[in-house]
Amino acid sequence: MSEYAKFTDDMVKTHKILVPNMLPIHFKLIISILEASGYKMELLQNESRSVVDEGLKNVHNDACYPALLVVGQFMDALKSGKYDPNKTALIMSQTGGGCRASNYIHLIRKCMQKNYPQIPVISLNFSGLEKDSAFKVSAPMFLKMLYAVLYGDLLMICYNKCRAYELVKGSAFKLLKKWQTILGNIFRTGSNRYLNTKKMYNTILSDFDKIELSNAKKIKVGIVGEIYVKYSPLANNHLEDFLISENCEPVVPSLLEFVMYCAVGNMTDGLLYNNVTKSSVINGIGYKLIYGKQKELINVMKNYNKFDPPHDFEHLRHLADKYINQGVVMGEGWLIPAEMASLVESGVENVISAQPFGCLPNHIVAKGMARTIKTAYPNANIVAIDYDPGATRVNQENRIKLMLANAGGI
Amino acid sequence: MNRYSLGIDIGSTTVKTVIIDSEKTIIHSNYQRHFSKVRETVIEQLRDIQNKFSDSEFTVSITGSAGLGLAGGAEISFVQEVHSAFIAVKERQPDVDAVIELGGEDAKIIFLTGGVEQRMNGSCAGGTGAFIDQMATLLGIQSDEMDRMALKAEKVYPIASRCGVFAKSDIQPLLNQGAKREDISASIFQAVVDQTVSGLAQGRTIEGKVLFLGGPLSFLKGLRKAFVNTLHLDEENAIFPEEAPVFVAYGCAVFASSSEDYYTVDRLIEKIMNANINDNIVTGEPLFRSQDEYDRFISRHKKYDLKYADLHTYKGNAYLGIDAGSTTTKLVLITENGELLYSYYSSSMGQPLDNISGQLKKIYHEMNPEITIKGSAVTGYGEDLIKAGLSIDFGIVETVAHFKSASYFCPDVDFIIDIGGQDIKCFKIKNGAIDSIMLNEACSSGCGSFIQTFAMAMGYDISEFAQLGLYAKKPVDLGSRCTVFMNSSVKQAQKDGASVEDISAGLSSSIIKNAIYKVIRANSPDELGKNIVVQGGTFLNDAVLRAFEKEIGRNVVRPSISGLMGAFGCALYAKEAEKEKSSVINAKQLENFKYTSKSVHCGGCTANCSLNVISFDGGGKFISGNKCEKGSGKIKTNNIPNIYDYKYTSIINYNQNQPEKPIAKVGLPLALSFYEQIPFWHTFFTTLGFETVISDESSRHTYYAGQHTIPSDTVCYPAKLVHGHIENLLDKGVDFIFYPCMSYNINEGHSDNNFNCPVVAYYPELLIANNPRLNKKNFKYPYMDLNIRKNVIKVMTELLKDYNVSENIPIASDKAFRAMMNFRKDMKKKAVEAINTARKEKRNIIVLAGRPYHIDKEINHGIHRLITSLGMAVVTEDTVAYLAETPELNVLNQWTYHSRLYRAAEYVTTQSDMQMIQLVSFGCGIDAVTTDEVRSILESKGKLYTQLKIDEINNLGAAKIRLRSLEAAMKNKK
Repeated sequence: MSEYAKFTDDMVKTHKILVPNMLPIHFKLIISILEASGYKMELLQNESRSVVDEGLKNVHNDACYPALLVVGQFMDALKSGKYDPNKTALIMSQTGGGCRASNYIHLIRKCMQKNYPQIPVISLNFSGLEKDSAFKVSAPMFLKMLYAVLYGDLLMICYNKCRAYELVKGSAFKLLKKWQTILGNIFRTGSNRYLNTKKMYNTILSDFDKIELSNAKKIKVGIVGEIYVKYSPLANNHLEDFLISENCEPVVPSLLEFVMYCAVGNMTDGLLYNNVTKSSVINGIGYKLIYGKQKELINVMKNYNKFDPPHDFEHLRHLADKYINQGVVMGEGWLIPAEMASLVESGVENVISAQPFGCLPNHIVAKGMARTIKTAYPNANIVAIDYDPGATRVNQENRIKLMLANAGGI
Repeated sequence: MNRYSLGIDIGSTTVKTVIIDSEKTIIHSNYQRHFSKVRETVIEQLRDIQNKFSDSEFTVSITGSAGLGLAGGAEISFVQEVHSAFIAVKERQPDVDAVIELGGEDAKIIFLTGGVEQRMNGSCAGGTGAFIDQMATLLGIQSDEMDRMALKAEKVYPIASRCGVFAKSDIQPLLNQGAKREDISASIFQAVVDQTVSGLAQGRTIEGKVLFLGGPLSFLKGLRKAFVNTLHLDEENAIFPEEAPVFVAYGCAVFASSSEDYYTVDRLIEKIMNANINDNIVTGEPLFRSQDEYDRFISRHKKYDLKYADLHTYKGNAYLGIDAGSTTTKLVLITENGELLYSYYSSSMGQPLDNISGQLKKIYHEMNPEITIKGSAVTGYGEDLIKAGLSIDFGIVETVAHFKSASYFCPDVDFIIDIGGQDIKCFKIKNGAIDSIMLNEACSSGCGSFIQTFAMAMGYDISEFAQLGLYAKKPVDLGSRCTVFMNSSVKQAQKDGASVEDISAGLSSSIIKNAIYKVIRANSPDELGKNIVVQGGTFLNDAVLRAFEKEIGRNVVRPSISGLMGAFGCALYAKEAEKEKSSVINAKQLENFKYTSKSVHCGGCTANCSLNVISFDGGGKFISGNKCEKGSGKIKTNNIPNIYDYKYTSIINYNQNQPEKPIAKVGLPLALSFYEQIPFWHTFFTTLGFETVISDESSRHTYYAGQHTIPSDTVCYPAKLVHGHIENLLDKGVDFIFYPCMSYNINEGHSDNNFNCPVVAYYPELLIANNPRLNKKNFKYPYMDLNIRKNVIKVMTELLKDYNVSENIPIASDKAFRAMMNFRKDMKKKAVEAINTARKEKRNIIVLAGRPYHIDKEINHGIHRLITSLGMAVVTEDTVAYLAETPELNVLNQWTYHSRLYRAAEYVTTQSDMQMIQLVSFGCGIDAVTTDEVRSILESKGKLYTQLKIDEINNLGAAKIRLRSLEAAMKNKK
């Protein structure tokens, strides 16, 4: 690997770390955890057309859309003049799997070497890649992030449900803001209150429970897909907002499912290929721990009829086995068909599979599995939507409208 | 007051209105092209309705892809168009099983029986009305004429219809080689059918009673015929309703009939007039701020005019240059001093030979008898044909021709960009020689012919259309992707109310951005060079030229003969060659010049290439369509070392030894990773007493055979072929097909990880999920890791437990490992021999780098033979990769196949007589990572980088230009 700017110890104090906007709710919480450890962070919010243009200029034509957007968002921010390139660093998550997504960070670095060679690009990973960085995620921090994901998921579920049905427009958003602030403060100040999950969950849930909802019957639309396009409004042209405006209720599976999918993947590989390693064992233990936490959240949520708890992960694995081997671990792998099946099974029969145009794993796990899932659930109404710098919103929305028309009355 | 229901269908190219009464009977309908003037056309039709139905009111709905924005803005109910069609079908044809509807830019299928499903084409799908129009333009005819021709066709050529650009690259060579327009017309229709069957049906069979809808299907009989034949429908089951063009509007009216909101036409017109269509178009700067600025621009470029001489009065030597380009034909005649005696620039109309011979006649007729044509040269797609037909002295590669003429106008030129009809060619010049060449890949065209088609679609002539953009106040930002995407960007801009002027200017900038950032892949305009010459017909368009200067922030040289530069370069070349007398066909011979063309199948080998034979009346033949020398009529023994051939034959022949009394037949698909693992699995299974059956060699037919089970139309061609191989094995009656899933490939110890790409790793999962003939019994796809012996033994023991072979499995797998290693050793040894032989014969050596499955001749389309036909030897990436260490990389090196590319590239940089050509399958996402990296390894050490993108299309013409340019560049380097 050739030389690139490293994130050194003294940069911790001097540099501001820019974060791409992937999961607005979750990332804000994670950022407050990192801030508690002394890092200066900022979640990027720039979304103008020049983000795409910068991406097009700086990334290979055929690279996938998420890579293009992340690079574009960084470049657009840096060129805005708001940040001193000598005091700025970038961060990107890295999973290290067989999908080309594990190369995002290198694409960002390539771009920086050409434009701002002094800017270090930090890898946020949990697989021990790039040990020489001063950016360190300790075990307690990792645990905290796990909690941030749990809280983020809870907020996301409550928010999506309420804003689809709220009688007073904006009341869900207000509560979301309120809880983002409270949780952010807890994490930032190093308070331990987040550990008292049961109490926190209940307070959050009963708070959202108070929002008055209409009894209108709305079409529930599940969103699965490539992780970035699925969650990032920048990438999916504000898909959730569009669905709300079409009188639907967006149902977005929780991020924790993806985290658990990653953890369990390593374990599965170990068993599948007679190759049990230290890492696969640790991942196995980690998985059990996370699964316990998920169970807890699900159990608390069961007391609130309004909100549908996340899919039980063991159940997801069981569902996956009907359609695909859990050995499919590149990209979002077996998780996508499992989530599709689980959504349909729980009454969310309309599912959008959001993916970057030409996404390799999605040929197999999304487009490739739609047929078997439709056979198993004849009412399933699944549509794959491609996202791409050139694909127009009209085109995407027309396809979604077609799906909704199908949902309407056949 | 009468009450009716009105359905308005606003498609991408047409507006349809239907009025029904309370019995749901159509009492009025109208069908009209809107030329992007959506709102005006709708109002026009409403006025017409007003005249006929005064004193009436209507319930109303809007449908159609272009109706969405208008309906929203006018607050009129909207129903999705496929759903409208569905409603109409339920009303009028309740017993059909499937509906196929082709519209202007959409294609749709509705399955009614066995689970209702409605589908639309993906955002990258051509094969629609607009595609047919575009192709008709290319043939220089109207679509109804094309339809009449198609009915007279004798044969069908394979043409890709996934996107217009691909199809063009299939059709253009056919045209240039003189294929009949009748046959091409039918082939275009067949392509549309194939696209619908594979792209839309995606694994569902279209059968039973089928209803056909939409404009193209109601007007084009040839298209109908192709659908009926391909789907094996009889008359009873293929329904073409009379009201097809307005069928969707009818459904929309039916949908509206359930509404309670009645409008008068006046009220409707008012609503539509005042519709607030959101104004979210991104706009750029105007090209020119004032007339004065434009005038200065014009006079600056005037400087690069050529001098003229009079054909009637000039006496002396003259030189002829011909550029038989893809969509245009250019010809010049120049004097000893480079003055222009005669020039010709015209659309080829698919008849380059007729075109040029006609011009020659004209020249002979008009020229001063004391002019002697001393030399002639030809370049471009039609080079071979013209050279053979008209006895031209030299055929030169386009890049060389362009460099010649560019340096005439700008001696210290360091960058040339040529945007022609469907090509963008750029080259950098270093030390007086072509240093690197960039051509647009099949997918990111959007060149000259694109603007032309667009201008026509909007009802303008090209020059008029371009002129409009010059003074646009707010050019629209249309993005910089491929044609199909630009189409929808334009549509969106129109919907948002952009003017034709703004769109024209926007298209000009798009083309420029596409060239700079996609084809050249420049990070900044400064990278291009200091002395830039622009040429090609597209730059004759002032708006494009200005957009280019604005984008790079630098003035450039555009010779006034910008469109003739290729031809001019040829003429200069002919002049420099200093021949005594040109061999070009003379006036007398030309009088009797005639030719006939016919198509035949080559019987030279099993490939059975379809050949096009043009016989010239004066004797002589020109044969095209052949993939190798055999078909060309010139028997040439080809002894040039070619590891592609060797490896391919070795893999095929590996399967020969079989047990006498096999315990069962195991099918192995000859696809993807098997191109490397056949030795392993053959040895493994035969050792245990199984017979291994490999599927037949790939051909276009393999693709068609499996087409109906492909769920994702954007996956790479090598993966698409697997479906056909599976069908083939099922037909052969094997006991089971064996196809393991492998996240990991062999660890060769040179990379950070040893993954397969997701497609290679898990394709069996997709196969069993989408091919109804497969089940867990006849298709075995275990997960395993070949690096872990224990794992292989365990998995295979479990898999074969019913065959009582368990105890031999460890021995069989060890033998299999050895067999695989030995096979690879043999390949490496052969490669070394090939290199040595080539060196003895002083040949250049090309490392044709791709993946193991690129040795499949249906995938590589015989590119390796094309290389050997130029006298160069060919070796594969995996046979030389072990000769070098992995260089320093800027990417994560984690795929086994791809990691070989880096090492092979590194090795090439150490060998003076080697160059690398990278084969990239369209849709390979991982190559988006590898190509830039391989390029930088090669270029950092002074090697040339050449990439060939391949897909189902077998257009060797473009590959040939690149290879010959590479050859020319290599010569220059020496």
